[in-house]
Amino acid sequence: MATGGVAAPAARRRLAGVLLLLLCLAALAFPWVDRLPYHRDLVIRVFLYAMLAQAWNILAGYCGQISLGHAVFFGTGAYASSVLQMRWGWNPWVGLGAGIPVAVALSMAIGYPCFRLRGHYFAIATIAIGEIIQTLAINWDFIGGARGLTLPFQKDSLLAFQFHTSKYPYYYIVLALLILCLLVSWRIERTRLGYYFRAIREDPEAAQSVGIPITRYKLIAMAVSAAFVSAGGSFYAQYVLYLDPDSVLPLSLSILICLLAVVGGVGTLWGPLVGAALLIPLSEFTRIQFGGTGRAVDLLIYGALLTLVAVFQPAGLVGLLGRRGRP
Amino acid sequence: MALLTVEGITKRFGGLVANHDISFAVEQGEIVGLIGPNGAGKSTLFDVITGYYRPEAGEVRFDGHRLVGRRPDQVNRLGVGRTFQKLRPFHAMTVLENVMVAAMQHQAVPSAARREALSYLEFVELADKRDSHARDLSTGQRKRLELARAMATRPRLLLLDEVTGGVDQRTIPTLVQLIGHLRGQGLTLVVIEHNMRVIMSISDRILALHLGEVIADGPPSEVVKERRLIEAYLGDAFVVPSGERLPSGESSRGNA
Repeated sequence: MATGGVAAPAARRRLAGVLLLLLCLAALAFPWVDRLPYHRDLVIRVFLYAMLAQAWNILAGYCGQISLGHAVFFGTGAYASSVLQMRWGWNPWVGLGAGIPVAVALSMAIGYPCFRLRGHYFAIATIAIGEIIQTLAINWDFIGGARGLTLPFQKDSLLAFQFHTSKYPYYYIVLALLILCLLVSWRIERTRLGYYFRAIREDPEAAQSVGIPITRYKLIAMAVSAAFVSAGGSFYAQYVLYLDPDSVLPLSLSILICLLAVVGGVGTLWGPLVGAALLIPLSEFTRIQFGGTGRAVDLLIYGALLTLVAVFQPAGLVGLLGRRGRP
Repeated sequence: MALLTVEGITKRFGGLVANHDISFAVEQGEIVGLIGPNGAGKSTLFDVITGYYRPEAGEVRFDGHRLVGRRPDQVNRLGVGRTFQKLRPFHAMTVLENVMVAAMQHQAVPSAARREALSYLEFVELADKRDSHARDLSTGQRKRLELARAMATRPRLLLLDEVTGGVDQRTIPTLVQLIGHLRGQGLTLVVIEHNMRVIMSISDRILALHLGEVIADGPPSEVVKERRLIEAYLGDAFVVPSGERLPSGESSRGNA
């Protein structure tokens, strides 16, 4: 809670600070302590999805605009860095940087008309746009069409954004992205932007009555959100070195992003991370347990969890910690 | 020159004419009471002035600016504050945060906005509730919260929709007193109110609407004698033939 800082006992805040520091140290030390590549890959995915869910949370959780089309921005980032690299030999880092303004521009083009729609209708419109863009990508041969793109192997280097002998750099890059996204969210919560976002979420008409240009602020939330998701998409492409419309643009990805935030706690700083830390390993676990035949088991569990959260803990798992979950 | 002028405003919803050719002016520092039975078009008129509805005809001028065609947030930034008949606090935010959001228009830094918001909460006597959630307040407290929130945008004109509606009788004097203080601060007010005793005591002028049209405009003492107003509220059986005195009190307590 934004004003809670004044009321919260200093001891409690110190405890929270110490916990946060330990968490950071643990995250930094993890790949050196647990050297299993499989675990490292899993944690990289947790961080990536946590970052995506937190970026979604800026628009949907804080500002109340539920998007089910965020795969569009993920795909934009993934394709931007990959296509620029393969067609014109751009450095993938530059490609990551170039993908962000493209994703932001796209988010403005989607947001401007769609923000006239309220609640569910906005969500439905974003689903439709996501589907349209996936279909476009499937039929656009220049960017690989349905076959997708396989990125050429390069020698290990930070500059080339490829690491084969040791995957550690991927781990730290995605951790940095996650921390940056959390810091931006934390900052937003404490400034006028965050207050305006929450007012728009609570009651757009009342927000207008106190002088808030609601469309402008929804677009700002959308732009910040799209920028991070796009960066996540570029990272994913460099990490997996293969992308096609089915892996970076599917509706299921948009829904997963939303689901992680909802289960963990919508509109909270830590909810998306908690959601990702719980659900991503769960889906890996079921995949191992049930193999190819169990492809839908993780979805069954997601569905059950979502129902439980909706019925018993609408504030998400972070809500279980009480008001402190919402710093 | 008048602070607010409404010129020939007409607003239709399909076949229903909610406001028909409404014209009036409000002078700087005036308190104007807006009365009329339910469905007379009072709240619609507020929504037209503040940019929530676009009228089919007419213009609204505030301090030299044309308001028709502007968005609600732009109207507010020009200096027009409002409250809502159906209260709309930011439910999940605390009382203090509700007012802070409004104060941030002029105080971008949260700590400064907090200080300013607190002064408005003290003004409406809600400072002790600052950390409560808006959803936990009583109706009377929510009304005062909306008032503080509107004031925090530093308006010059304040449109108050149903100040005492749904509020218990003991709270009414507090609210009336608050309105008196607002005038003391140089604010201009247009107040929609059903409680006739309240509206007669606070208003410099009364504007009566019926079926979307202005049927009376003048000082309270004259408006209560207006034949069309009594008809509108009570039906023509109650109209007192001209020259006779009104039955004391009763006819001024109409509450549609």
